[in-house]
Amino acid sequence: MRAVIAPRRQQRQDSGAGSVRLAERVSRIRESGILAVLIVFVAVTTLVKHRFLDTSNIQFVLVDTTVFALLALGETMVVISRNVDLSVGSVVGLSAYLSTDLFAQHPGIPIPVVFLAGLGIGLACGLANGIMVAAGRVPSLVVTLATLYIIRGIDILIVGGSEVDASSLPNAFLDIPKDTIGGIPDIAIAVAVVIAIGAYYLRTYRSGRDLYAIGSNPEAARLAGLPVGRRVFTAFAVSGAIAGVAGVLWGAQYGTINSTAGTGYELQVVSAVVVGGVAIFGGSGSVTGAALGALLLSTISSALYVLGISPFWDQAIWGFLLLLAIALDQTITARLTAALRKNARSRQ
Amino acid sequence: MSTSTGSLTELKRPLAERLGAALRWETGLAVVVILIFGIGSAASPDFLTGNNLFNLGLSNGEIAIMTLPMTLIVISGEIDLSVASILGMSSALLGYLWARGWPMPAIFVVIAVVGIAAGAVNGLLVTRLRLPSLAVTIGTLALYRGVATILLGPNTVSNFPTAYTNLGVNAVPFTGNDITYSTLIFIVLAIIFGVVLHATPLGRSIYAMGASQEAAQFAGIRVKRIKTILFMISGFICSLAGVLWTFRLSTAVQNNGLGLELSVVAIVLLAGVSIFGGKGSLIGVVLAVLAFAGIQNALLLTNFNQEATGIVTGGLLLASVFLPTVLGPAVGRWLRRLSHT
Amino acid sequence: MTRRRARKLALALPIAATVAVAACSSSSSSSSSSAATNTSSTGSSSTGASSTGASSTGAAATGSLKSGLKVFVIPKNLGNSYFTTADSANSGGAISALSSLGETGTETSGNSATPASQIPAIQAAVSRGANALIVSATDPTALCPTLESAMHRGITVVTYDSDAPTCRSMFINQASTAQIGTSEVDVLAKEIGDSGQIAIVSAAASATNQNAWIGYMKTELKKYPKMTLVSTVYGNDDPTTATQVTQGLLQQYPNLKGIISPTTVGIAAAAAVLDTSKYRGKIALTGLGTPDEMKKYVSDGTVKEFELWNPASLGYLAAYAAVELASGKITGASGQSFTAGKLGSYTVGADNTVLLGPPFVFSSSNISQFNF
Repeated sequence: MRAVIAPRRQQRQDSGAGSVRLAERVSRIRESGILAVLIVFVAVTTLVKHRFLDTSNIQFVLVDTTVFALLALGETMVVISRNVDLSVGSVVGLSAYLSTDLFAQHPGIPIPVVFLAGLGIGLACGLANGIMVAAGRVPSLVVTLATLYIIRGIDILIVGGSEVDASSLPNAFLDIPKDTIGGIPDIAIAVAVVIAIGAYYLRTYRSGRDLYAIGSNPEAARLAGLPVGRRVFTAFAVSGAIAGVAGVLWGAQYGTINSTAGTGYELQVVSAVVVGGVAIFGGSGSVTGAALGALLLSTISSALYVLGISPFWDQAIWGFLLLLAIALDQTITARLTAALRKNARSRQ
Repeated sequence: MSTSTGSLTELKRPLAERLGAALRWETGLAVVVILIFGIGSAASPDFLTGNNLFNLGLSNGEIAIMTLPMTLIVISGEIDLSVASILGMSSALLGYLWARGWPMPAIFVVIAVVGIAAGAVNGLLVTRLRLPSLAVTIGTLALYRGVATILLGPNTVSNFPTAYTNLGVNAVPFTGNDITYSTLIFIVLAIIFGVVLHATPLGRSIYAMGASQEAAQFAGIRVKRIKTILFMISGFICSLAGVLWTFRLSTAVQNNGLGLELSVVAIVLLAGVSIFGGKGSLIGVVLAVLAFAGIQNALLLTNFNQEATGIVTGGLLLASVFLPTVLGPAVGRWLRRLSHT
Repeated sequence: MTRRRARKLALALPIAATVAVAACSSSSSSSSSSAATNTSSTGSSSTGASSTGASSTGAAATGSLKSGLKVFVIPKNLGNSYFTTADSANSGGAISALSSLGETGTETSGNSATPASQIPAIQAAVSRGANALIVSATDPTALCPTLESAMHRGITVVTYDSDAPTCRSMFINQASTAQIGTSEVDVLAKEIGDSGQIAIVSAAASATNQNAWIGYMKTELKKYPKMTLVSTVYGNDDPTTATQVTQGLLQQYPNLKGIISPTTVGIAAAAAVLDTSKYRGKIALTGLGTPDEMKKYVSDGTVKEFELWNPASLGYLAAYAAVELASGKITGASGQSFTAGKLGSYTVGADNTVLLGPPFVFSSSNISQFNF
């Protein structure tokens, strides 16, 4: 069976290469699209109020974006495979408390250990999600909605009325969101690097590209021999682990951690990812776009404050942009599908 | 939302067979509801009191009402995450117009129109522009909540006349002090929606388009029109829920109902309605509402870790997807083996 | 099963369920009303003298207080350390006072500081046979229908920390509202040299207590003509929101000199934002904070002084007031007085309000002595 398929696969790969290049070019256009919106926003705001580009403002925007950009990275991987992870907010909350509580219970614990603990907590949640979705073959929307409730419930059970205060946290930890190199916050650079790695992985590695195939057509992917279950499982595990790390960063940023940490983040992350050009039914989009989406969200809030426009317009503007992005993506996808079909037909 | 390509035979599946399949999860759910009410009354003598059931209706009435149009939308293969934002927007409108001296009947008309319009926007974006409803309604969730925020800002309006706030908090007269207006509305709407869904051609069309949009279209069902109407009905009902909510709290504030959409979706999924469309029943939704409200209430009454509410709800939700796919076929096979011996 | 019968079944079930529920409720409504009369007969008594079955520990001054009362403490929300201190037994708060009086105290509430989340907890407390409710109101009016119906059933309703002025018998105020408002402004004025732009980071826009204090702050500001209040923002007692609105202030008003945050969640969030060398010392921050949350910021100079009171004492006092009321010893009218255990005696002031005492100023010199 394999011998028969192999040469066919080679031929398909040749004709596929052109399609892949086309898809990638579109993806890059979409990314530049959101970058363009971002630049326009920043430019207009700066023209009106020069201090929008002050280092302090930039720092606010970048630091505020870090948690969401990280969550967007994990969420993108999941959404590309035609799934969704609604439990990220609850994972952030659980990880934020349990990891920072380590500082309170074991003073002097090294900071990297705490980050590892957060990653572990998130990973455990992600594994649970992954097993249920991949092995159980049940819709991820339902599973992650359930784990959203369950994880938050566990968080509240554990935390109760207590909280971790800034005085229990070492200064070095609280300084993490504040340290800068040349005016740019360290963690922003770190997160940008992580996003770049994620983008490279998704574009280059087989396991990354498989996610796109699975998202485009799960049945076809299965029939083509892709290890669908394993890929989806990994995507959820990674999403959970990243959310765990984001939780630790949350603790460093806010300093006071109780059972409400991370509440409501899931819809913000999904919407950032959609604005960033990731199709909600999977198969297309990029991590870079999603991170830019998260950045745009923080930029708009900041711009409104600086311009003195009531921040109450924030949500409405964001909602409008979301709808615009969805409509735009649909048009692009329709045109791209038509172009790919023409491409495939002309090669046969 | 449906991923299957489907065929015409999907449409021809007899109602009885479909109902039979659905009833399997609903029976389980009925058992769960009985269990919850049983455990609740055993743990607390106050559980089955008329007063407590009245409170149950008060706290969950609006959510329960919102689950009804959501059920139809999900069965038709879409989803509406903007329900809580439409509730919030109508609440904000109510406060905004009242503070500016509009007469209440006029306000009601405006709210109804705006609710229907909000639903229409959802419907048109989904059917005419062919955008995925999951993404669209996340967008309108933000947009409508944004409108509510713009209307009221940080302000609250609370000087509503008691004649109206009584609609939110009092029992319906002549029913023995135990049924809230929202409960009564829920019961009436549940019956209407139930009849439409299970006993009319429209209901059958909704199942059909959920099972396979293309097949339904080929069968002559006006999918786009029906879906748009479903979204408009949802918008209207959520606006109504917003009015009830505002009167119950006698406060209009921008964050009224924030986050409720997840509860509404959770209840509908708990009812055994498939997220892919084409499957589910209204009895299930009524039972799921009872289960959801019952859990919260029982935990509050016993103070046994009311934080555990989420865990129980989440657990039931998982059961609702795993049991039919895992247990159902297993039980079926076992029954078949029995009948062969 | 034929189609028709299946359809009939589909219709019958919800109707049957509804009828069953109605039947259950109507059959037990009589028992619920008798429970209510039972409650009211133990909850209130004609006069304070020689009540039957009233035993209590402690001094003769509390001799005629009822014991065995079911009291529910309902803060704005659970998971807020300020309320945990005010309410719990270990910190010497409301529940410890209730236990020492021989009552059953339970803390309950929702998870977000909104009326929609608090009301079900109040209703559940009523259902569970509460004799008294001690409530910190998330909203001045939204709770009234629920609280009034509780009072109609003979349940004592007392508010603490945040008032619902038209639907309670007494309000236990942590300190004079005027004094909190004016002292906050005075503390900040001292720190910024009586001039400059200031802003307020409050809690929820509807919160009774914060709004009352802000009212007095605005009046006191008139004494400082060179200080301007440029904005009041609302953090909703949520760390993320409070952080965002504080950052928004810094972005909108680059010349901001001082911030007042009369809510512990708000001041903690604002302190975290200001805790960098760029802002420390340039923007003064004060408000109402708990010593535990503020220790770090006081030690590194982000916050110089802030105020609070002892939340545990507030809860303790509220518990005594509620039991006194429920035992019929006082009616809550102004001029009456009662003894609140180890806190001593208190007199009810205007508007049925009891004041705990003056606000306490925390600073680096005394903060290490406190652990809440």
